[in-house]
Amino acid sequence: MRVKSETILPYSLLVPTLIFVILLIVVPIGQAFLLAFQAPDSSFTFAHFQKMANDTSFGDALRFTFLLLIFIVPMQVVLAIIMALLIHTRFKGHTLFLYIYAIPLAISDLAAGIAWLSIFTERGYLNSILNQLGIFDKPFLFLSYQNLPAMFGTIVVAESWRATAIVMTILLAGLQVIPRDYFEAADVFGATTLKRTLFVVLPLLRPSLQNALIIRTIFAFQTFAVVFALAGRVIPVLAGESYNWYVANRNPNIAAAYAVLVLIFTVAATWFYLHFFQTSAAEAGYD
Amino acid sequence: MPSTLSRRYILGRVSLYGGAILLALWTLAPLYLIALAAFSTRQATFQWPKPFLPTDFSIDTMQFFVNSRGVLDSVRNSIIVALLTIAGSLVLGAPGGYALARFRFRGKEGISLGLLISKMFPTAILSIPLAVTFLQLDLYDSLWGVALVHIAMALPFVIIVTAGIFVGVPRDLEEVAQTLGCNRLQAFLRVVLPLALPGLAAAAIFTFVISWNEVFAATILTLRNRTLPAQVLSGLNDSPLYYRYAGGFFMIVPALIFIFLIRRYLLNLWGNIVR
Repeated sequence: MRVKSETILPYSLLVPTLIFVILLIVVPIGQAFLLAFQAPDSSFTFAHFQKMANDTSFGDALRFTFLLLIFIVPMQVVLAIIMALLIHTRFKGHTLFLYIYAIPLAISDLAAGIAWLSIFTERGYLNSILNQLGIFDKPFLFLSYQNLPAMFGTIVVAESWRATAIVMTILLAGLQVIPRDYFEAADVFGATTLKRTLFVVLPLLRPSLQNALIIRTIFAFQTFAVVFALAGRVIPVLAGESYNWYVANRNPNIAAAYAVLVLIFTVAATWFYLHFFQTSAAEAGYD
Repeated sequence: MPSTLSRRYILGRVSLYGGAILLALWTLAPLYLIALAAFSTRQATFQWPKPFLPTDFSIDTMQFFVNSRGVLDSVRNSIIVALLTIAGSLVLGAPGGYALARFRFRGKEGISLGLLISKMFPTAILSIPLAVTFLQLDLYDSLWGVALVHIAMALPFVIIVTAGIFVGVPRDLEEVAQTLGCNRLQAFLRVVLPLALPGLAAAAIFTFVISWNEVFAATILTLRNRTLPAQVLSGLNDSPLYYRYAGGFFMIVPALIFIFLIRRYLLNLWGNIVR
């Protein structure tokens, strides 16, 4: 009797979750594909994708989404590695700095976009500083369609500021499970801090780095509110187009087509990282 | 020799603290400035160049924001949705986390993989079909609808985080309780749960943050019953700057408090987002 209940218990504990996941994750994803690929007469069609691709914003949305990814992810990783390594030295007061670096974890991309809006807007804080330093007498229009690279730059800065914290925590969690012996061995052989970081710490950090890259790339494909806050619709992105097609144009089919596209990129990026890093399951599992 | 060594040591310390302080300023500066913008007068929004000290501190802008139509309701809605999300995802997820932490069973690997995959799904691919379904089910523009999507988003995290918490509660204690006459449920309620409570509270706060910050689904799924981010986003392009500043600051404040409350659990909660 006892043995039997022990074998059933874990499953019965998981059943509610399973039902919920099927109803609110699996079924909706199936429906998203139906919305994206089904004609009104229920036959299979590429018409929605064609309409999506023929839209004037599509090319820009695709380009800007990937450009943001290319600029933001490396910047976040570099900043986050520096933060994590600094905290990991456990200097006096490091817990205070960890708290400060972690604050953006709990800030939404919308709120982050608005915070940076107060800095980059025409009469904002950056222009105020530049004026007081005597660099510009008139405000520079960072957020104008005439200065597209500047506008793009503001989004890169705001999103890097916000999401570096996530990368930092993932890397710090990874650093903490590296046995101290490795660092000590490196010291015994006379490695400098730089050499130790490059040849001992970073290679051991590879699984965490892979995780951080996967999670950041996935979220970068979904970048949306920070772009709306800083650039309105001047800089379109894929998730933003999905939103617009649903909310402004009342067209769930094309909105779903965009969502499916984002999903495809998400899966492809994950596959790419898993192969690129070639981390075995056992290696990744040591955390 | 000792003097060069100590000089190197001092140089190392200086660059360590210098770098740490620089990065802290980079993190804190936007927070300080948005607070400054939110606590000046509405006219000050258009002042230029702007002062960098709170010389004209005023609650005028914040007052205007809070009294704007729909804002207080949206704050209330956000809190309700977040509480529903916490309750739903813990009730559903914590038993699953316990199962993963305590049992070896067939299909466990598959379930862990499934959890990992379900964390990857873009918000759009869930919200858009659900908006269509909710319209048919009369759940559209309801707080329940938003909460259901937020639970779906939070659930995989909650299962993984709670599994980590339950692994941390020694199994021996539970077995001792059972040999002393508790049944499995009693042992869980009297021994495991109290020990897991701080971790579960942290997981609840983590869930609150996910829900409080979520923009896309909340905006797609509501029309009048907006949550705070949905309210701010939907009026973004036709609201005055000072309204946006106040809204931005208002959304950030709970974040500061919550990160402080769960600072001990930061790495466990966010550090293991993907395993």
